[in-house]
Amino acid sequence: MRVLAAMSGGVDSAVAAARAVEAGHDVTGVHLALSAKPGTLRTGARGCCTVEDARDARRAADVLGIPFYVWDFAERFTEDVVEDFVAEYAAGRTPNPCLRCNERIKFEALLDKAIGLGFDAVCTGHYARLSTASGRVELRRSADDGKDQSYVLASLTHEQLSHAMFPLGGSTKPEVRAEAAARGLQVAEKPDSHDICFIPDGDTRGFLTKRLGEQPGLLVDDETGAVLGKHVGVHEFTIGQRKGLGIDAPAPDGRPRYVLSLEPVSGTVRVGAAEKLAVTEIVAARPVTRIDFDGPVECVAQVRAHGGLAPAVAEVVGGELLVHLREPLSGVAPGQAVAVYRPDAAGDLVLASATISSAG
Amino acid sequence: MAYFDHAATTPMLPEAIEAMTKALSTTGNASSLHTSGRRARRAVEEAREDIADALGARPSEIIFTSGGTESDNLAVKGVYWSRRTDRRRRVVASGVEHHAVLDTVQWLVEHEGAEVTWLEPDRHGRITPEALADALGDDVALVTAMWANNEVGTVNPVRELAALAAGRGIPFHTDAVQAVGAVPVDFTESGASALTLTGHKLGGPYGVGVLLLGRDVATTPLLHGGGQERDVRSGTLDVPAVVALAAAVRHATTEQLARVDELAALRDELVASVRRVVPDVVLNGDPVHRLPGNAHLTFPGCEGDSLLMLLDAKGIECSTGSACTAGVAQPSHVLLAMGVDPVAARGSLRFSLGHTSTAAEVRELAEAIGPVVERARTAGIAGMKRLKAEV
Repeated sequence: MRVLAAMSGGVDSAVAAARAVEAGHDVTGVHLALSAKPGTLRTGARGCCTVEDARDARRAADVLGIPFYVWDFAERFTEDVVEDFVAEYAAGRTPNPCLRCNERIKFEALLDKAIGLGFDAVCTGHYARLSTASGRVELRRSADDGKDQSYVLASLTHEQLSHAMFPLGGSTKPEVRAEAAARGLQVAEKPDSHDICFIPDGDTRGFLTKRLGEQPGLLVDDETGAVLGKHVGVHEFTIGQRKGLGIDAPAPDGRPRYVLSLEPVSGTVRVGAAEKLAVTEIVAARPVTRIDFDGPVECVAQVRAHGGLAPAVAEVVGGELLVHLREPLSGVAPGQAVAVYRPDAAGDLVLASATISSAG
Repeated sequence: MAYFDHAATTPMLPEAIEAMTKALSTTGNASSLHTSGRRARRAVEEAREDIADALGARPSEIIFTSGGTESDNLAVKGVYWSRRTDRRRRVVASGVEHHAVLDTVQWLVEHEGAEVTWLEPDRHGRITPEALADALGDDVALVTAMWANNEVGTVNPVRELAALAAGRGIPFHTDAVQAVGAVPVDFTESGASALTLTGHKLGGPYGVGVLLLGRDVATTPLLHGGGQERDVRSGTLDVPAVVALAAAVRHATTEQLARVDELAALRDELVASVRRVVPDVVLNGDPVHRLPGNAHLTFPGCEGDSLLMLLDAKGIECSTGSACTAGVAQPSHVLLAMGVDPVAARGSLRFSLGHTSTAAEVRELAEAIGPVVERARTAGIAGMKRLKAEV
């Protein structure tokens, strides 16, 4: 196959490309330039589109002996990921930009271009397993539980996944690092990226305030309706957030208070006790399903990228995915995805994914 | 294999390789006073005289540098600093310069109190004497306009531009990196005060260049130290590079220049053969005042980096134009200044021919270009295409 390997400059995508080469594919490496103004120095937290990352990707391609190019996707990325991220926060939701980037950049803009140019697949360093053994494309959790990224891939369509290649799905991160070192890839010890790549300093609040300006509103006690303080915008908050609420007076019962809901139109942020965060019913929009949902399906639901798991029953009703949790979860934020899995020894199978619109 | 990127760098000439190889095995700092030093100095001075002779300059007007970027920086910053007064801090520069000039001028504006007047080119990328005349005044410290454009190959009326500046007593610098060996270049006759050239664009080695600098042009040095080059440029002279450069300049300005008509004919055949397969291809730049080896083409509906990748995979090497350090193809500032639509600008390739180019290479391109353009059109232009699902 002719394979286009998306190479971020990190260890995962470098080893993924190496494995694609070793599998006998005709591989071309591409680094996506996503920032309109790429940084020139690594300062603290890692971004994903610095000049150094492009260089690291290039050097990995050199070691693998494959052609390498840098493609400019800055416009698309700004429009589809960064602007979307800002708009979602402004609307009181909590977006997942990595998921969005997979949906719209890596497996849409890049994949479209790759197919147009005669490639058969796009290869990335994601930790998730793909198979076509059953005749349809199956997406499963990675062999490395700690690194599993199936959650941020679960919203890809059948068409998108049928042109995807995740060579690292069956490996653990330590194995991948060891393999990188054995292959002479200099990125073997490069630190993982944790942060949102377009906010390299990790200051999401600062980034949003700069973009959205101040939109003052009130912090309100959900139970009593009492005004507890003011804030500069609902984008400063995420459901389940405890720190940085700026409330001076402790609650009468002395227990910590959490963000329960965000109301962007009125600017109201409701806070309350932890147990009020617990939800059991999730309604999620625009489901992408991988099995036929004829009726309720036993599953495990995941409501954020790391953690947030509970046994559940899911069904598709009226074009929405309804998830009834058998054990309550807290910090379920509209805008995040809910992915539902069928537990399986060969890697939990993704059944569906949808965007959370409400939870209670 | 077909190499169409001579404007990026051209293979070293055999006589330059020979001269350099010979010099590499001899020891001697050209500033040393003993026999070895004198031998090195003699080699440098003979090279200086050869280059001066080949380019209509006096030996004392040759300043050896590390290449085009340093020569441009030295001319623009050095002359600006020397001439800057409270009432004279304007730089008049063509808007289609190489980044070595463009960014230097911009830096002077941002950090050294300079003002700038960017000269707009005509639609072929040419700076007209009228445009320069309008921009001149008593507050101008320096005028800089390239001899020939590195992207679209347009040749400027340098003599007329230099004469206008000279008429006002303003130093005129020209970046002739692409011009030497491609068109006749005579420093004295051009009337320029300073002229940039570099080795690796004319068959010499990388990392060596020259600033031709008139004796009476006050220039503040950028590099201080031993004062080796007229106290304008310090640094131990790179003897092997300098002698190889001289060998290359000699060849480029004689034998190579004698064959430019052949080169232009080959270039014309390239354009014609591409057009036979891709009828809507657009040739950018000046149809008449043009470097003999340059064909700058726009392929409507294609993205340059797609075309480049597909051609590269077939062993055909060309360029999308200027690239930033991350290797991202930016829409060319030259094409934008010429009034080319930004999307069309992204679909452009530069094919540059040189002393090793052959008719077989042109045929190779002619055979490959049809399917490549078709493929690139299918892939479309990133950022312009939306998935059907969204409709």
